[in-house]
Amino acid sequence: MALFLLGCLLFNYPLLSLFTGDTRIWGIPLIYVYLFVAWGVLIGAMALIIEIQDH
Amino acid sequence: MITGALIVVISFAYVGLLFAIAYYGDKRADAGRSIIANPWIYTLSLAVYCTSWTFYGSVGRAATTGIGFLPIYLGPTLMAALWWYVLLKMVRISKAHRITSIADFIASRYGKSHVLGGLVTIIAVLGIVPYIALQLKAISASFSTILQYPESLVPVESEALPFLQDNTFYVAMLLAAFTILFGTRHLDATERHEGLVAAIAFESVVKLVAFIAVGIFVTYGMFDGFDDLFNKAALIPELNALLVQGGASGNYMTWASLTVLSMLAIILLPRQFQVSVVENVNERHLNKAIWLFPLYLFAINIFVLPIALGGMMHFPAGTVDADTFVLTLPLSGDKTWLALLAFVGGLSASTGMVIVEAIALSTMVCNDLVMPILLRLKALRLTERADLSSLLIGIRRAAIVFVLVLGYVYFYLAGEAYALVSIGLISFSAVAQFAPAMLGGLFWKGGTRLGALFGLSAGFLIWLYSLLLPSFAKSGWLPITFLTEGMLGIDLLKPQQLLGMQGMDEISHCLFWSMLANIGLYVSVSLWRRPTAAEHSQANLFVDVLRHVAAGSGSRFWRGSATVADLQTLLGRFIGPERANESFAAYARSQGIDNVEQLTANAVLVHYVESQIAGAIGSASARDMVASVVVEEPLALEEVMTIIDEASQALAYSRQLEQKSRELEAATNELLSANQRLQELDRLKDDFISTVTHELRTPLTSIRAFSEILGDNPNLETTQRAKFLGIITRESERLTRLINQVLDLAKIESGAAEWHPSALDIREVIEDATAALSQVYKERGIELTMECPGGLPVVYADRDRIFQVVLNLLSNAANFCDKPESRVRITVAEEDTALRIEIADNGIGISMSDQNVIFEKFRQVSDAVAGKPKGSGLGLAISREIIQHYQGRLWVESTPGVGSTFAFTLPLPRSKMAFLAA
Repeated sequence: MALFLLGCLLFNYPLLSLFTGDTRIWGIPLIYVYLFVAWGVLIGAMALIIEIQDH
Repeated sequence: MITGALIVVISFAYVGLLFAIAYYGDKRADAGRSIIANPWIYTLSLAVYCTSWTFYGSVGRAATTGIGFLPIYLGPTLMAALWWYVLLKMVRISKAHRITSIADFIASRYGKSHVLGGLVTIIAVLGIVPYIALQLKAISASFSTILQYPESLVPVESEALPFLQDNTFYVAMLLAAFTILFGTRHLDATERHEGLVAAIAFESVVKLVAFIAVGIFVTYGMFDGFDDLFNKAALIPELNALLVQGGASGNYMTWASLTVLSMLAIILLPRQFQVSVVENVNERHLNKAIWLFPLYLFAINIFVLPIALGGMMHFPAGTVDADTFVLTLPLSGDKTWLALLAFVGGLSASTGMVIVEAIALSTMVCNDLVMPILLRLKALRLTERADLSSLLIGIRRAAIVFVLVLGYVYFYLAGEAYALVSIGLISFSAVAQFAPAMLGGLFWKGGTRLGALFGLSAGFLIWLYSLLLPSFAKSGWLPITFLTEGMLGIDLLKPQQLLGMQGMDEISHCLFWSMLANIGLYVSVSLWRRPTAAEHSQANLFVDVLRHVAAGSGSRFWRGSATVADLQTLLGRFIGPERANESFAAYARSQGIDNVEQLTANAVLVHYVESQIAGAIGSASARDMVASVVVEEPLALEEVMTIIDEASQALAYSRQLEQKSRELEAATNELLSANQRLQELDRLKDDFISTVTHELRTPLTSIRAFSEILGDNPNLETTQRAKFLGIITRESERLTRLINQVLDLAKIESGAAEWHPSALDIREVIEDATAALSQVYKERGIELTMECPGGLPVVYADRDRIFQVVLNLLSNAANFCDKPESRVRITVAEEDTALRIEIADNGIGISMSDQNVIFEKFRQVSDAVAGKPKGSGLGLAISREIIQHYQGRLWVESTPGVGSTFAFTLPLPRSKMAFLAA
């Protein structure tokens, strides 16, 4: 549940607007990197929670 | 060069492979060793979410809106975080109630309503049709692209070929045939298709591998990795603008509404419901899928932007449809086999979606739309047909063909006007209409059938008006003025600017208005009317499903009569006689009964049959069908009375128990106090014995001491000797008196005392006593007076005893009088029923605490003033025993320092006359 709220926050205005712009990391636009990294982190966190609960 | 024949062969080979997998899956399932019973396969089957929309359309979307393709995948990720609350509930409910489709689910939640089920089915079919059209379009486009490359890179404007010459039509029919073979080979109460799920999971692997292969080819084959690709793209101004959200990707409103839509779609799309809920083998698989499924989405999206950018850089602007980049890029690099792999990937994405969606829709159409109507049509006499299972399968097959034809028609009419993703979003908006009724139904007990009906209808109408009809208008099948000027030329009714609302894209616009109407009506109508009993009980079952682990099925208030054979025949008509036999045998085993004949048709069995039939024809119809064989008797007044009676008996019984327990408690308390009393008595007895012993020893010691003196000193003076002998005599008398008194008391207390009652003149007794003590009183200078009226009635008592009492009281009084002017006054008075004798002194008095104890044995008032007590301590105890023997009372009133008054009463005979006569 907390992750859902966190995800809503991460993937929406206004946090998203922080990452728009011309900045690049390894030549990739920041917004692209940000979204995928945040996405990956979210999936990782869900996996962690679920697997810990299971064991 | 790829020939058409090669493509057709590959396509058929691929479909053949799918069949083999499905066949193997079904075989394994029949053998009881399911290959789909693990979370990985479950997750892969969920990936049916990724259709050709994802495979081709995402790239197209990325080419026009940059990062804007992502919300469609972020939404499901967010929803996955909530699956633990939402999807788990849906799975539990569906398993408990044999729910096989989303229409069934909603109908069942709101009191097994036919109307609601039908409405949901209609919305689902109309809403999903564009989505199926999308898949058809993708397949036919990919087919022609790969076939005609490089001649026809630019999409040919639709010239509306007659359908017999249109390959899309054949694709549609092929898919229909394929779906029928897959999904409706037989009818099963659970509507689960293990082989199908295995095939779908395989398809998910194929499309993921194909897409990533193309992505790697573009990123590392055509370019030099991600940074090279993005750097080159940044040099082109249009592409650079794409990369910045808020630039070409539209506004945050679009972003947010796409996220919400996809969140809802992942649980509400009929095919998602089918794979995630109906085909779920074990709810524990959900755990892993919660993170595994988002991971799949993540993987399939990594290369979307690189492919889009690569395509846009590789091909001159406008020469190639961005939706086909996945195919055209490998083709342009002469990677024929990669292109073929991509084609197969796209094919698997499309076929997977169409198959599952068509099965889900056909189940809905059959169970919630056609069957209820057919069963109602009395003219068909369906309820009397012996075996309906073939009819059911027929209806489903027809429904599959019908759905695909509708999809084709939509594609034919409107398909060309939209990009893939835009078509898909129309469908997403339609299924989003289920959200209030569905989620509200899961978490809010107050939702009612009417509320759901109104909300759904309103949302659906707005969707129809603001999204579906405009899509026709844009394709020229409706006048375009419908869009630009509004219906009937009224500005406020412009479908995509309702009431003049502007500044939103069409999806957000539709979402806003439809949800406003949908949620608003759902909540307000629900609040307006109280839920009926049926709605209320279903609401409880649904909302609290996680609490009742084994939801109780039959109610004990069910009264009905049916035979086991009737029920079995009924079930046989829907799922076939053999399967019905198996089902009954399984039920008998679960009840621990050896054979079916021994079953009784009770509420539990009826419920079981109902849920089995619900699997085949939907819960609402199942209820009707079961009702047709089960003569459900309404509860008669007598039975209601019996139930109430039982309840009140139980209540009375519990009251009795309460009463008993209170009595028990009281008895315990009594026992407890009796025990304490006994202990007290025991202590008193010990005290008594030790006191008696002590009292006896004092005179004995004294007698012995003086006897020894006399014995040892024969020459003692005579006077001395006489004195000692006198002491010995007195002590012996005292000893005798004491022993007499103890014996006396023991006799009285044990009731063994001899009483010699006679008619008694109390005055005479008192005078005798005063005479006896007059010497003592004179010696001490105590003035003794007596007030005794003449003519007192006689009392009936033992003279000696009463004398003893008076004497005792008088000598006590004398003992307590040590003042110079001491007075003792005796008063005799006649009361209504008794004579009262008072003996008052003006001595030292008795303190309040002593007043309570002086009547006990050996309790003497001893204090500094009184000095050593003179009596044995038994006098008052004996006196009280005597007076009490004659039903009289002996008590004391005293003020310390002023004096004491001892008083006793002797009851008069009940009638003086009677006594005199006697």
